[in-house]
Amino acid sequence: MSDFSNIITRRRFLAATQAGAGSVGLAGLFGLSAGPLAAWAQFRVEIEGVGATQLPIAVARFRGEDGAPQPVGAIVMADLERSGFFRRIEAPQVVEETGLPPMNEWRGRGADALVGGSISRLADGRFDVRYRLWDVVKAADLGGSSEAVLAADLRLMAHRIADNVYERLTGEKGIFSTRICYVSKQGRSYQLRIADADGEGAQVALNSNEPIISPAWAPGGKEIAYVSFESQKAVVWIQHVATGTRRMVANFRGSNSAPAWSLDGNRLVMTLSQEGGSQLFSLNRDGSGLKRLTQSSSIDTEPVYAPDGRMLYFVSDRGGSPQVYRMSAEGGPAERVTFNSAQSLSPAISPDGRLLAYISRQGGAYRLVVQPLDNAGPAVAITDSTDDQSPSFAPNGKLIVYNTRAAGRDLLMTTTLDGKIKARLASSGADIREPAWGPYGR
Amino acid sequence: MRALSFSTALNGLLVAGAALALGGCASSVNLEDSNKVPVEDRNASRAAGAAAAGGAQSGVSTVNLSSRPAASDNLVRVVYFDFDSFVVRDDARPVIDAHAKRLGSNAGLKMTVEGHTDERGGREYNLALGQKRAEAVVKSLTLLGARGAQIEPVSFGMERPAVQGSDEAAYAKNRRAELKDR
Repeated sequence: MSDFSNIITRRRFLAATQAGAGSVGLAGLFGLSAGPLAAWAQFRVEIEGVGATQLPIAVARFRGEDGAPQPVGAIVMADLERSGFFRRIEAPQVVEETGLPPMNEWRGRGADALVGGSISRLADGRFDVRYRLWDVVKAADLGGSSEAVLAADLRLMAHRIADNVYERLTGEKGIFSTRICYVSKQGRSYQLRIADADGEGAQVALNSNEPIISPAWAPGGKEIAYVSFESQKAVVWIQHVATGTRRMVANFRGSNSAPAWSLDGNRLVMTLSQEGGSQLFSLNRDGSGLKRLTQSSSIDTEPVYAPDGRMLYFVSDRGGSPQVYRMSAEGGPAERVTFNSAQSLSPAISPDGRLLAYISRQGGAYRLVVQPLDNAGPAVAITDSTDDQSPSFAPNGKLIVYNTRAAGRDLLMTTTLDGKIKARLASSGADIREPAWGPYGR
Repeated sequence: MRALSFSTALNGLLVAGAALALGGCASSVNLEDSNKVPVEDRNASRAAGAAAAGGAQSGVSTVNLSSRPAASDNLVRVVYFDFDSFVVRDDARPVIDAHAKRLGSNAGLKMTVEGHTDERGGREYNLALGQKRAEAVVKSLTLLGARGAQIEPVSFGMERPAVQGSDEAAYAKNRRAELKDR
């Protein structure tokens, strides 16, 4: 078992003991600290809910953080909180990576784990970032690292530290250093943006006065396929992220949309209306080798590959209402997968192939639901909002990013699979939507 | 963009061309179209007049000023649809008739029919639904004599609402197909 489950088990035991003794308890842990510093408050995640098992962790301000371009410790803490596996314990003072902090003191604050570190500017202008992770309960050093990075990579460094801490404590791979892309709309200006997984540090990949929808990362994370209306109709483009080089991959008569990459990145499945109706086709990444996959008089759209590449999930209204179906990736007969909603839209498959996330219309509300694919349980709504769209799994399968509406604005949220921990990403004045979580690596 | 601008008319060098175009109630500044516009628009005016007389009671087939600059030829260029439906309603017939006549009598005329939906539901499904609306309109036009190659059905899904708002009145205005000359 992972260290995390050991620690969690221990924590439960402690909490039970403490509750029994009428002492600290969870509420006491939450209310412990005095007012946080401004830099911390700025990066505090807007979290809703409380997870079932959360490891109480303190991430102290790094020495030198106040003078650094990025509040590294604060970013690390926010990442960990957003994952749903950790609960913030306030850390009132700087903790350096050198030496052993007074573990009794941190135990007294309710922390099971502690992260400390330092940032120092090097003569060449780079920053040396060091951190260390301690198991407070065992008073054990769980390791750390030191790396010199450019100022522009300080956020990335913070996310990598969060990944390391997450991996060390949960045994699962972290996703904080991955990227997401999304579409922002402000007035008539549309932008395809690429941001850190926390929604911050966004860079514009495409500027347009016409809508952009359905971005999809290529397997290696170097390219994005998307639908642009710049020529007054839906056309599928592929764009190289680093260079901005782009080309049309599908501009057939009618609409071209909903691109999904094959596992090797050599082919795409998409929705074309060139032969009438909206039907699924596959084609090579250079636009050649067109093959029709569905033959129906209904709408077939939103294809997505299962992680093994053998099956395609998609939305079809062949049964009278739009529902999720699956078929062989080569086409052929399709089997209906969703049954309990008036409409089921925008399927996403977890990286382990076990879960289907989609948008379910029930009683006029469009809500994110998660359904086991092995018939092990029912579809469960994991939000209580009414206008959810576009779910996309993190590459470790532990979080889903999606789009919802609040006060007339499109915004992005992440949620744990049980819906218990939600965080709002990248708040800004614009409408932001169509999120797609990128793969590991950059 | 479509209406001939006064600044163009004021430009001495272009007065002659502008006068030519204005003589036929021109709505387009597209040089390609300027020669044939006078003929078309006379047909269109008649057809639109007939449409207005024939379908007056419904009041549905109105030009949507907020979505596009209105063409000055009085041709209705929008038809509306019911929720989750792509069936061309009876009240859209006069509009379809008018455009079918234009297309039938002018083989060089090309149009785009844009399908649109209201803001509810998913973007891609709405794109497909809008496409189905556009294709239904194109089918009606071809049944009335237009050639398929003259008309491309496309969709904007929920991306380009004619009116803002999250009530049925706004939704009803946004579930539409727009007929545009190319």
